Amino acid sequence: MTDIDTTADKYLRDKYAIIGVGETTYTRGSGMTTRALGTWAIKNAMDDAGIPASEIDGMMSYSGNDSTASPMLAGDLGIRLNFYMDVQGGGSSSEALIGLAIGAIEAGMCETVVVFRSMNGFSQVRIGGTGARASVPVGGDALHSAAYGWFSAGQNFSPTFMRHMYDYGTTPEQVAMVKVIHSEHASNNPKAYYKQRVTVEDVVNSRMICKPLHLLDCCVETDNATALIVTSVDKAYDYRNTPARILGVAGRVCKPRIDMHFQHGPISTVAGHYIKDIIYRNAGVGPEDIQCTGAYDAFTFTSMLQLEDYGFCEKGEGGDYVSSGIMRLGGERPNNTSGGHLCEGYTHGMNMIIENVRQLRGEVDCYCPQDDNGKRIHSYNYAPPEEGGGCRQVPDLEITQNLGWAMPGTGSSLIMRKG
Amino acid sequence: MPQGEYLGMTLTVLDLDNENLAYFQHCADHDFHLQQCADPECALIRYPPGTACPWCSGREFNWVPVDARGTVHSYGEVHHAIQPAFRERAPYMILLVELDTQAGEPTEHEALRVAGNLVDADGNFAGPDLVKQVGIGSRMRMVFADVAEGLALPHWTLDDEAEQPETPWRYPQAVNGV
Repeated sequence: MTDIDTTADKYLRDKYAIIGVGETTYTRGSGMTTRALGTWAIKNAMDDAGIPASEIDGMMSYSGNDSTASPMLAGDLGIRLNFYMDVQGGGSSSEALIGLAIGAIEAGMCETVVVFRSMNGFSQVRIGGTGARASVPVGGDALHSAAYGWFSAGQNFSPTFMRHMYDYGTTPEQVAMVKVIHSEHASNNPKAYYKQRVTVEDVVNSRMICKPLHLLDCCVETDNATALIVTSVDKAYDYRNTPARILGVAGRVCKPRIDMHFQHGPISTVAGHYIKDIIYRNAGVGPEDIQCTGAYDAFTFTSMLQLEDYGFCEKGEGGDYVSSGIMRLGGERPNNTSGGHLCEGYTHGMNMIIENVRQLRGEVDCYCPQDDNGKRIHSYNYAPPEEGGGCRQVPDLEITQNLGWAMPGTGSSLIMRKG
Repeated sequence: MPQGEYLGMTLTVLDLDNENLAYFQHCADHDFHLQQCADPECALIRYPPGTACPWCSGREFNWVPVDARGTVHSYGEVHHAIQPAFRERAPYMILLVELDTQAGEPTEHEALRVAGNLVDADGNFAGPDLVKQVGIGSRMRMVFADVAEGLALPHWTLDDEAEQPETPWRYPQAVNGV
């Protein structure tokens, strides 16, 4: 792959960083507004970085369901904004907004940007379109989908997943390993909503939702907010933590059409097929250099399809990849070390970026003993806590990648390195 | 404005939505039509209805009759329905049927893949015995479910006149016999 001239002034590889991350508790029934949840997560990110409100002047958010707009949260927190933007979007918006935050800073509009996502995704607005939305008249594009009982994410993606099984012989047991591995990671994560380890049998014997998706192939729905803070490397070292430096970003890359990506096959190919040509060029690394991935797991299949199309294995070998043990903590390239959307909580991808930032710092929260300053003394024993393990820190970590998913036809990516 | 109740949902085609108005009027006439690019050098047919040609960006088009037969390219099979009226019809199939017309054009992996539910020859939702006969490779023909004046939904049923594969590909795990 041809590299580009990274000495050019316009070239942004390694010039920006994430300096703070924060989240609320992952819960079902937060008992508060998305405004209160949002300020909670942002304040945690500010405290994490040790940055005062006076040194933040940009804010961005996204939502596809419930949220509260940036200026409200900024006002509550005493942050005077020089730039804000609230956009519509679900999964894979996190990485895209980090790229746009870099652009806003580069354009001189502001200097330090908070990106947040706040949602009562279980107690208020669930993704599947239940509640009041089920009675909204069906018109326009939805006449070709919702009218067929083809509405929720799982229903929408199912033909893509099914065709992968047909084309490549992928088995339910192989794909179930994504949930199994993420549940192992979640068991060592005090913040995870689901901490119980599950087996392949648990997954394939769980209730069928929409073939090929069993209940345990689907992510958890939770109420939570998440936030991170982006600034230039010039400023990034003024704050409390070692920054996670941004090597490259690709945002909202699409297949030829996203409303019916099925018209332009192969339909078991997803947006990662196109993203890889942008993200690895921008970051100056390839999949072989990535030591830890955050492949969006709205469903077990979404992690698998992305890892395959980004080139972590050959096309069609995703089933082998996810069931090989590579993705386990202690494996060659762990995936979603927090438990991800399948187990930790559902935040449209933000929690997987937060996780990788902490991994790069060597500071993930787990059940290892703490020193006098509250820092974990990592054992790198990934057995369950009750068996003397409880760790989930990846040792000697230099480079991570997030693979953000919106739908088969759209995704984003972010590559970071240790600061 | 064509509007009607269908499985507990209100289906509406808005007055300004000219492409869908024409598409669903043809469906209401039980005469499947799609848009064909009016540029003779392109002349590709497209689905779903849209406002320009995805291959040449041309805005001019003509509605042309299309033979509504094809092969199941992929499917989803819903066992846990969300919309209330679909619950009593579960398990139900969401089919993507690749039309014979324009299959593999303009490039190898492109085709007109038309969505619909699996229904019987009379247009009623398929029962479990029919669902378990259909999978990737099944040969299908279109039938219409009338909703209102100017509005019918295209659906799919097994094409009795076509040669069917001995065993269409189905997801390997049966649920309650389906």
